[in-house]
Amino acid sequence: MSLSEQQVTQIAYLARLSLSDDELKDNTKDLNAILGLAEQLGAIETDSIEPMAHPLHMIQRLRADTVTEHDQSDLFQSIAPKTGNKHYLVPTVIE
Amino acid sequence: MEWETVIGLEIHAQLSTKSKIFSSASTQFGQAPNSQACAVDLGLPGVLPVLNVEAVNKAIKFGLAVNAHINQRNIFDRKNYFYPDLPKGYQISQMDLPIVGEGEIEITVDETTKVVGVTRAHLEEDAGKSVHDMFNEYTAVDLNRAGTPLLEIVSEPDMRSAKEAVAYAKKIHALVQYIGICDGNMQEGSFRCDANVSIRPMGQEKLGTRAELKNINSFKFLERAINLEVERQQDILEEGGEVVQETRLYDAVKHQTRSMRSKEEANDYRYFPDPDLLPVEISDELLASIKENLPELPVEKKARFIAQLGLNEYDADVLTSQKSLADYFEVMLESNEKNAKLCANWVMGELSASLNKHQLEIEESPVAAAALAQLVARIGDDTISGKIAKDVFKAMWEGEGSADEIIESKGLKQMTDTGAIEAIVDEIIANNAPQVEQFKSGNEKILGFFVGQAMKATGGKANPKLLNELLRSKLN
Repeated sequence: MSLSEQQVTQIAYLARLSLSDDELKDNTKDLNAILGLAEQLGAIETDSIEPMAHPLHMIQRLRADTVTEHDQSDLFQSIAPKTGNKHYLVPTVIE
Repeated sequence: MEWETVIGLEIHAQLSTKSKIFSSASTQFGQAPNSQACAVDLGLPGVLPVLNVEAVNKAIKFGLAVNAHINQRNIFDRKNYFYPDLPKGYQISQMDLPIVGEGEIEITVDETTKVVGVTRAHLEEDAGKSVHDMFNEYTAVDLNRAGTPLLEIVSEPDMRSAKEAVAYAKKIHALVQYIGICDGNMQEGSFRCDANVSIRPMGQEKLGTRAELKNINSFKFLERAINLEVERQQDILEEGGEVVQETRLYDAVKHQTRSMRSKEEANDYRYFPDPDLLPVEISDELLASIKENLPELPVEKKARFIAQLGLNEYDADVLTSQKSLADYFEVMLESNEKNAKLCANWVMGELSASLNKHQLEIEESPVAAAALAQLVARIGDDTISGKIAKDVFKAMWEGEGSADEIIESKGLKQMTDTGAIEAIVDEIIANNAPQVEQFKSGNEKILGFFVGQAMKATGGKANPKLLNELLRSKLN
């Protein structure tokens, strides 16, 4: 499997990354090298192996349903680019 | 051409936990903006989501209630997209291995019962809220809702009309409240429906291209939006056009749907397992204990009402259609087991009519279940007639007191004193000779005249059964 420059452009768009022509070429080359490395796994017989969802052989620890967080909105909002009326403000989004 | 409508629903039920699905911030509705969005909900660097055990328990409850397969090993994935009310740039959801697998639920429309398949139900976090009209040049974001636990319940495309879709949505709505996993409040957005709608020529097996309708916050709008969409698709196809697969927003005020262009190109969500969360494993013991503690389900309650109380199918269906209604009825039964049918009639008759008239929910009824139970008991023990009871009910509704107090203070007790009624009957017979003649010559209907006269003379308080017996014996 290998990616075309067009596919990399699409992925970059979905990730909101802006790539120059040179970066696009370099990234396509690098990504294809990484995919080539991963492709070596294709030589292994995996039909009887259950796919792993996580590299650790552990299960999720669950949390009790209790409220322990308090309001720290002033602290959090102090690093936001823009706030108003206790809201975070972003450029207008039109639906 | 004749068209067949095909509908599948995606329902988002907000799970009624105290804290969020992956953080210990409160889920309480209506608090000051952003006061309940903690570092995890904001997606600040270095935070780790930890799964809320109650969200898992509630999802399992739902699965068991629709006879679904529970995936005892299930996995959380990242659904990637950009929107200001999604701080992390991805939503934690479940894709390949959801907690609840295939199940089913029965619906009844126009006395026909059918089974609707539940494809799956998965856990996910809600996004925040964008407010577009607070500032001119900005969209304001409140992240209090971000991270609230949702159960997304996906149906098979098994529904063939807007009515069936509404019946299914109402069934799920009642069920989640019965099993106590969601408050069902549609105004506050605790229960939301998206409808996938397509049409195909009658008899064709292949599904037509579907549109997804969003922004529907009542059952009434669900029915309207689907019917509107079916008409729109028919017009397109009958003019030789093609339906485009897209998301459409329903506008209840203008009663129209419009395309949400922004969603079209973004349909590539690039799901992958969330490395922050390990696979969830549900033990056999936990599953067994939740199963054992599952409350009585609507379908079981309905069967019990029919078998134990002798109610008919229709009454049992109406009374179990909402948990609050069934709860009210059952409180009445506590002191009125032998008057079950009478209780049912009062709940579905006078009470429901009065609630409708004043646009009140049953929880807001000025006449509580125990109070109505006392009134029904007085009809049951012949203290008052059903007709007088309606007047007593009106007085109770107006807050004039309990049934017994009103009966006492207004002197409404039924006359069961044979001697007193007899005296009145004698007088009426003596004063109405022509009518007596008519009765004697075979006009049975004239009996009603005598009953009416006697009721008038007693202010409606004569025991009807006793009165009838006395009249017949005296006239013959």
